[in-house]
Amino acid sequence: MEKYLLPDIRDLHRIDVYEAHGGYKAFRKALQMKTEDVTEEVKKSGLKGRGGACFPTGLKWTFMPKQSDKPKYLCVNGDESEPGTFKDRQIFEFNPHLMIEGTLIAAYAMGGSISYIYVRGEYGKWIKMIEKALHDAYAKGYIGQNILGSGFSTEIIVHRGAGAYICGEESALMNSIEGDRGYPRVKPPFPAQNGLWGRATTINNVETISNVPLIIDRGWEWYSKIGAPKYPGPILVGVSGHVNKPGVYELPTGVPLLEIIHKYAGGVPGNKAIKAVFPGGSSTMVLRGDQLEGVCMDAESLKAAGSSVGTAGLIVMDEDTDLIKVIARIAKFYYHESCGQCTPCREGTGWLWKILNRFENGEGRWEDIDLLLDVANNVEGNTICALGDAAAWPVQSMVRRFRDEFERRAKIPRPKVLEAVAV
Amino acid sequence: MLSERNLKKLDEMKKYYQTSQSLVLPALWMVQEEHGHISEDAMKYVAKLLGVPFGHILGVVTFYTMLHRKPIGRHHVEVCTNVSCMLRGADKIVEHLEKRLGIKMGETSRDRKWTLSEVECMGSCGTAPMFAVGEEYYENLTPEKIDKLIADLERK
Ligand SMILES: Cc1cc2nc3c(=O)[nH]c(=O)nc-3n(C[C@H](O)[C@H](O)[C@H](O)COP(=O)(O)O)c2cc1C
Repeated sequence: MEKYLLPDIRDLHRIDVYEAHGGYKAFRKALQMKTEDVTEEVKKSGLKGRGGACFPTGLKWTFMPKQSDKPKYLCVNGDESEPGTFKDRQIFEFNPHLMIEGTLIAAYAMGGSISYIYVRGEYGKWIKMIEKALHDAYAKGYIGQNILGSGFSTEIIVHRGAGAYICGEESALMNSIEGDRGYPRVKPPFPAQNGLWGRATTINNVETISNVPLIIDRGWEWYSKIGAPKYPGPILVGVSGHVNKPGVYELPTGVPLLEIIHKYAGGVPGNKAIKAVFPGGSSTMVLRGDQLEGVCMDAESLKAAGSSVGTAGLIVMDEDTDLIKVIARIAKFYYHESCGQCTPCREGTGWLWKILNRFENGEGRWEDIDLLLDVANNVEGNTICALGDAAAWPVQSMVRRFRDEFERRAKIPRPKVLEAVAV
Repeated sequence: MLSERNLKKLDEMKKYYQTSQSLVLPALWMVQEEHGHISEDAMKYVAKLLGVPFGHILGVVTFYTMLHRKPIGRHHVEVCTNVSCMLRGADKIVEHLEKRLGIKMGETSRDRKWTLSEVECMGSCGTAPMFAVGEEYYENLTPEKIDKLIADLERK
């Protein structure tokens, strides 16, 4: 299919090349439209957030107050720290003006006076690329005061994170911009009512925002026909792990996972069987290799299969993979990244890691298997933000779908009384 | 503590932020870029510069893993060991680095040339395994590639 987010155009990161290929045309068009109509267009397109939570983008924009005597803000979320996710970085490097154009259209639609592009601190090199692109867009009059004579004014600035997965959570992100520790806030109030410095704020993922120019340029009807009907559009699928050609592939939504793995990512090395996949980053529920038939990179399809689309970071594990080692490493990540505000998450993530460590070292006990579920279930849904869920889901699904692996690794075998029942 | 250039830059940034506290991270980044780490004196300096309590600055510095309170080696090698890199052999990369540099994870070499750290996912899963040195990413690593990189960096 044709590529829209990352087309194969040389030097597209340069503003002159971007303009030569129709860049900033959508923004010019939007400036001629009523702001409500821009939002309506995005709403009708069916675009859903690519940051993990799958929220309808246009609908989110309507939550912003129309009239306000205080400034309103937009945050573009480029924290990109979910393991297995490496797509926004491609936009920063190869098509930064698309993100900037999307940001401008969103700011126009919502009356945003300043947009903050929050980028993870590790992406220092890419921040320089974004800043260069912003500089050029300012110089051409696309950003700043009275843009292109329209009377609309808005600013864009990059804000650099400093190494904290939690700052990708939208309210932690705002606290980080405010110069605080990245602690998530209790919701409600939601950002559209009470965001940055208590003012109306919308947070969108980099890829989500980069879809906006397409919608305005070609119209919602055209856009809504790309890919899966309820989760339409082009999507950047990051494939990693045991495949011959790992990388980011731009596809329409709804492509079968097996096609992504075999056709695009070149299959599994040594033609090995697939043991398991995380379809949308390490926080999505793991799927067994033998349950992938017919499952597509689409929110609905993945939900039906017992997982979610997350960030579309597809992690592939072949038949020889030590899944205990994998899940222990993932648990360690969430333990390290828990901000420590909520007791269930702070204590639970560490506990999960400790138990999984026991299995990794051959010290796991039979009753630890259910203990894992018990701890994970008590973290899930009991925290201020969704990091608790993100930590619980991979563990819960791993135990449920690969219980045999845990049983085999348990040091103390199945109790005799259970043995009798099983027979 | 901060150069004129950076002080000017901070001043220009003020108009984008509602509170001076919001400049804490940008200011700390500047300190770290200029001095390599953020000492207690530097934190006091930033506190005074922005009119924010020292305890707040300390709280921020200790929250973010990329901000260092102690000096680190000239080349900071940050190896990702998270799931995608692990599946593509990060263990071997760690082992090889420890052997080549003669230090363990989390250590700094005696001559202060190298610091080796294990880090979480760096967003380089499609080009795993990887490590970063400063802002540069080194991807699709093999032991041979690492030997060459180390030799190149030794000379710097
Ligand atoms: C722990 C945690 C980490 C998150 N990290 C990111 C991230 O790195 N990037 C991102 O866009 N969204 C991230 N999110 C989701 C955001 O909270 C938010 O839903 C998203 O940025 C909204 O944008 P969207 O509607 O365009 O997807 C994270 C959420 C949680 C709970």
